[in-house]
Amino acid sequence: MALKLPIYMDHNATTPVDPRVLEVMLPYFTEKFGNSASRNHEFGWEAEDGVKLARRQVGELIGADPKEIIWTSGSTESNNLAIKGVADMYKDKGRHIITAIHEHKATLDPCKRLAKMGYDITWLEPGADGIVTAAQVAEAIREDTILVTIMWANNELGTINELPQIGKVCKEKGVLLHTDATQAVGKIPVDVNAAGVDLLSGSAHKIYGPKGAGFLYVRRRKPRVRLTPIIDGGGHERGMRSGTLNVTGIVGLGKACELCRLEMVEETARLLKLRDKLDHGVLSQLEHAVINGKADQRLPGTTNISFPYVEGESMMMAIKDIAVSSGSACTSASLEPSYVLKALGLGDEIAHSSIRFGLGRFTTEEEVDFTIDKVVTAVKKLLELSPLYEMVLEGIDINAIEWGAH
Amino acid sequence: MSLYAEVGEEPQPRNDWALRIRAHENKPNTGVRIMAYSEKVLSHYETPRNVGSLDKNAKNVGTGIVGAPECGDVMKLQIQVDDSGKIVDAKFKTFGCGSAIASSSLATEWIKGRTLDEAMAIKNTEIVQELSLPPVKIHCSVLAEDAIKSAIHDYQEKNGLDHGDHDHN
Repeated sequence: MALKLPIYMDHNATTPVDPRVLEVMLPYFTEKFGNSASRNHEFGWEAEDGVKLARRQVGELIGADPKEIIWTSGSTESNNLAIKGVADMYKDKGRHIITAIHEHKATLDPCKRLAKMGYDITWLEPGADGIVTAAQVAEAIREDTILVTIMWANNELGTINELPQIGKVCKEKGVLLHTDATQAVGKIPVDVNAAGVDLLSGSAHKIYGPKGAGFLYVRRRKPRVRLTPIIDGGGHERGMRSGTLNVTGIVGLGKACELCRLEMVEETARLLKLRDKLDHGVLSQLEHAVINGKADQRLPGTTNISFPYVEGESMMMAIKDIAVSSGSACTSASLEPSYVLKALGLGDEIAHSSIRFGLGRFTTEEEVDFTIDKVVTAVKKLLELSPLYEMVLEGIDINAIEWGAH
Repeated sequence: MSLYAEVGEEPQPRNDWALRIRAHENKPNTGVRIMAYSEKVLSHYETPRNVGSLDKNAKNVGTGIVGAPECGDVMKLQIQVDDSGKIVDAKFKTFGCGSAIASSSLATEWIKGRTLDEAMAIKNTEIVQELSLPPVKIHCSVLAEDAIKSAIHDYQEKNGLDHGDHDHN
């Protein structure tokens, strides 16, 4: 049975559009092309109906009222709007924001910009298991804290932070909580009320919807969250995000959310089985391989594994039939190891030889079997070639060696 | 339903957009474009020559270990030298990218059968040329040259021979 190569194992980066999602999107390109803000004709109403349905579909997936959904271009924009919008709106109340060092760049960079503008940012450090705890957040909250922004699930590790507990802490202290739930929405149960979340970012293309569509959940009651918009204009989206709506993308995002909600239980069980098979298949055959992040507190389809004594780029070369992400940008001239893995205390060389496997809706068991086989064969071959592994077998501590500078 | 239909399976389009998706799938696999390796690098990477180890304690064996794990490259190159000063065997092990593996594999091929002086004269630029290494991979060839020199020095030191006035990059 021949497999179609290369195999896509990078569903945390993006996903293909589900054909059922595409099907509902298509009419909105040609027939129902109206501007949803056109109030006085059929074309506009039709588009508005599509957007309304999508609002409900997104709301149902995350336990929110449809009115609380603000459409954006994706999670990067949602994070920017939430963080910068809250920072500006509540600046008279305080200028302290809490986040973590292994957040996505779309959270880190807005926070860094705010720091330059005079805001005080507390950067929490996760434990070696990659988790940010509610206790850490509670300890960091001060009188002048206006926002806590902690992602629901980490994009590189798949680890799930203590979300309902962090929400509880923030509620008790009266601090707004934003969560970048890009990786969590549609994959694990997400309920904004149960989790005490005030703002939540999500993206369509991570859940088999189109690229360029996303949303920000903004709580309307208890408390009513207000934001200073980043984009001014026609006053769309309750004035928080102006600009003609990306109706096709929004309709697709809505459908994608609906599918995730209806199929989550089955899909989670299926993915967990495949992911655990991958983990077990690799770890049982490769003595030194280790899972990064808390193994039993991760998204169902994601695993991040380190392969010590094997160099990252040669590893990627050996498994080029499998599309994965590595712990470094080794294809470019700069060899910058992943800051997420470094946040867990991993050394540069281990970070470089770490691989994130992202299984998804269309991943088959045959593909997982093929991946296990390829990875194990590649690592065994490269271990044969590795002078570091040879030293380890001889009982030499490679960390104690004084390596020359090169 | 898998979007990635098995090869040879006749597509069963539900309607014409599905057909378009499937038609795209049937394009030939163009491989990984992000890493452009030369044929020769790929050949050495796929089937590296002279992988292994010689007895590092033997008097007629010289061992060179260069690079550092945190820099992403460590090369170990060993030579076995006969009484006439000729390299009769060479082995390597490399922790590094495909180009680093290829550079050290090529180095062992080249030095086998050469005298120590001849091996000492090998320049990294020759390796760059032979393997068509891009600028970002030149350090791999430098490391291979250093590994040769380091192995020769080790042999000379062990045997009380003069290092000579060789240039050491």
